[in-house]
Amino acid sequence: MSALIQLTAVQKYYGDYHALRDINLTINEGEFFSLLGPSGCGKTTLLRTIAGFEGVSEGAVMIAGKDMSDVPPNLRPTNMVFQSYAIFPHLSVAENVAFGLRKSGMGKPEKAAAVKDALNMVGLDGYGDRAAHALSGGQRQRVALARALILKPKVLLLDEPLSALDKKMREHMQVELIRLQRAVGITFILVTHDQEEALVMSDRIAVMFEGEIGQLADPESLYRRPNSRRVAEFIGKMNFINGTASATDEGAKLLVPGLGKCTIPAEQFPQGVTTGDVAIGIRPETLAVLFEGDKAPRFEAEAVVDEVVYYGDMTYYDVRVAEVEKPLTIAMKNLIGRPVLDVGAKTRIAWDERSLVVF
Amino acid sequence: MATRFSSEQKRTMGLLTAPFTYAILLLAVPLLAIVLFSFWTQDFMEVNTTFTLDNYREIAEKPIYFSLLQRSLFVSFCVTLVTVVLAYPVAYFVSFKVQPSRKSLWLFLITIPFWTSYLIRVFLWKVILGYNGVINSGLINLGIIEEPLTFILYNVNAVIITLAHAFAPFAILPIFVALEKIDRSLLEASQDLGESKLMTFLRVTLPLSMPGLVAAVLIVFIPTIGDYVTPELMGGAGGKLIANMIQVQFLQLNNAPLGAALAIVAMLSVTAISLFFVFLNRRWLRGRS
Ligand SMILES: Nc1ncnc2c1ncn2[C@@H]1O[C@H](COP(=O)(O)OP(=O)(O)OP(=O)(O)O)[C@@H](O)[C@H]1O
Ligand SMILES: [Mg+2]
Repeated sequence: MSALIQLTAVQKYYGDYHALRDINLTINEGEFFSLLGPSGCGKTTLLRTIAGFEGVSEGAVMIAGKDMSDVPPNLRPTNMVFQSYAIFPHLSVAENVAFGLRKSGMGKPEKAAAVKDALNMVGLDGYGDRAAHALSGGQRQRVALARALILKPKVLLLDEPLSALDKKMREHMQVELIRLQRAVGITFILVTHDQEEALVMSDRIAVMFEGEIGQLADPESLYRRPNSRRVAEFIGKMNFINGTASATDEGAKLLVPGLGKCTIPAEQFPQGVTTGDVAIGIRPETLAVLFEGDKAPRFEAEAVVDEVVYYGDMTYYDVRVAEVEKPLTIAMKNLIGRPVLDVGAKTRIAWDERSLVVF
Repeated sequence: MATRFSSEQKRTMGLLTAPFTYAILLLAVPLLAIVLFSFWTQDFMEVNTTFTLDNYREIAEKPIYFSLLQRSLFVSFCVTLVTVVLAYPVAYFVSFKVQPSRKSLWLFLITIPFWTSYLIRVFLWKVILGYNGVINSGLINLGIIEEPLTFILYNVNAVIITLAHAFAPFAILPIFVALEKIDRSLLEASQDLGESKLMTFLRVTLPLSMPGLVAAVLIVFIPTIGDYVTPELMGGAGGKLIANMIQVQFLQLNNAPLGAALAIVAMLSVTAISLFFVFLNRRWLRGRS
């Protein structure tokens, strides 16, 4: 895998506003890369500096080894699927898809064939003659995709392409996009604020906060070992308990009030081993409610059910544990024969020190 | 037929009565009067109300009317062309280059010519274009010309310049509105797909601003045919148009029926040309999509 896009020390100012802070990023050929972050953190801005719609205030953007500072968007090897899709309303679907082929040197029949292929690829065969305004949101998005893919760009930039779709359609398109990306082998850069979408689709994810990259990792590392509290809070759900730690040779002894004592290795401290007061993060699915006869594999504690949220396949419990200030959220699969507890029920919970992350 | 109206229909009718009466009184009745008059004749001081096509026959037979109509259409065509060609860049500039917070100020500035009366603006052009006017004395003082230029006042050119200036805001505003409605991400999409700024203008901006352009053309073209003040004041002997003839028939020669027939002929010509233009435009737009 070779580097296709390189951003070095990129800074972007809008007047006084510092929109991108020292972005260093390498994106490889054929990679599915996601930019994830809360609204207003600069994802679109970063994408637009790669596409060439925004210049950088400092630093450099290189694509395929070439410095892009003087290259306008129409000459960059990138194509973009806009958040609003930007389908030309005065053209038909086929003309929209063929828009970028003017300078390709293709003859009419060749173009028609290419358009047909592209529409096929996104599952819109037979829609060529439709007027652009007579399309649903999902169809528009696929036209935008076909229009970009037909040019066989080195990089496809997608700005929240699925945010306007309903849940079912979104999940369908996520799978379609992954399939497509594998089929065409183009580098995809996806902007999203939906962490689930990023986890499902990407090879690597950059989590952005206020113009800087908080963490860059593959989905599993990002979920299991977030490197800071804000990443941990942004990706998935995480319970935080205040505890105390004391360093040992291989890691630290941890005192978790209400839950107990344990020893954990240094790698569970993403920011290095600290002693004294620490924040301990526990994912809801690594805790478990113990039913009658269940035995905890590692540790257990007494708890009282405070809140029950039933999701069909899952039940989320908020339980109170003595000495823990906030209720802990626990995600339980609704397996066959497993009851759903009532609010106020006394129960025991199981926890495992291997799933803790400590800041 | 005792049809019962629902209360909603009754309310709608109640609401529509006033504007409808208004429209009939102010639009349909005068128009009908003109049509009626055009089929009557003038017998010295009285109007003979027997139906006849004499007026139309006279218009068809005497070449003066046709050549006046032709000149009128030519002038309107030139005025429309000049106005729209000059208005488009202004509208484009205000829509695309002016900061959003300043746009209303710019539009306000564009309407400034309306603050003075139409007549005063016409006279101002007289001062500018006249034999001893601003342009001529300026050019003479600069030593560029020796004799005052005579082709800029009291002919068709002067009429075109004055009318083009008077109608500029009418052309700028619809084009501006059409440009404002264009989603800016479409322009970025076009560039993203490999087109330069110029090609983006030709392939995206221009076709999408067509409705505004068509509106501008019609708004300028249609009323210029009927204008008689500017040709009267600026046109000299060779710059008289069909509207002047209509005015003369009505007010000086006291031949309202012939004037009415001329007005109908002029109106029909304008309608035919406008419809043809709209139709061409439709075809062109559809041919592209
Ligand atoms: N042209 C501009 N002028 C000034 N500030 C801007 C401009 N464009 C964006 N910003 C600011 O830069 C910040 C980042 O904007 P950006 O559009 O990149 O956010 P985003 O991460 O894409 O958010 P969202 O998820 O809501 O789309 C925002 O605070 C925004 O207000
Ligand atoms: Mg955005």
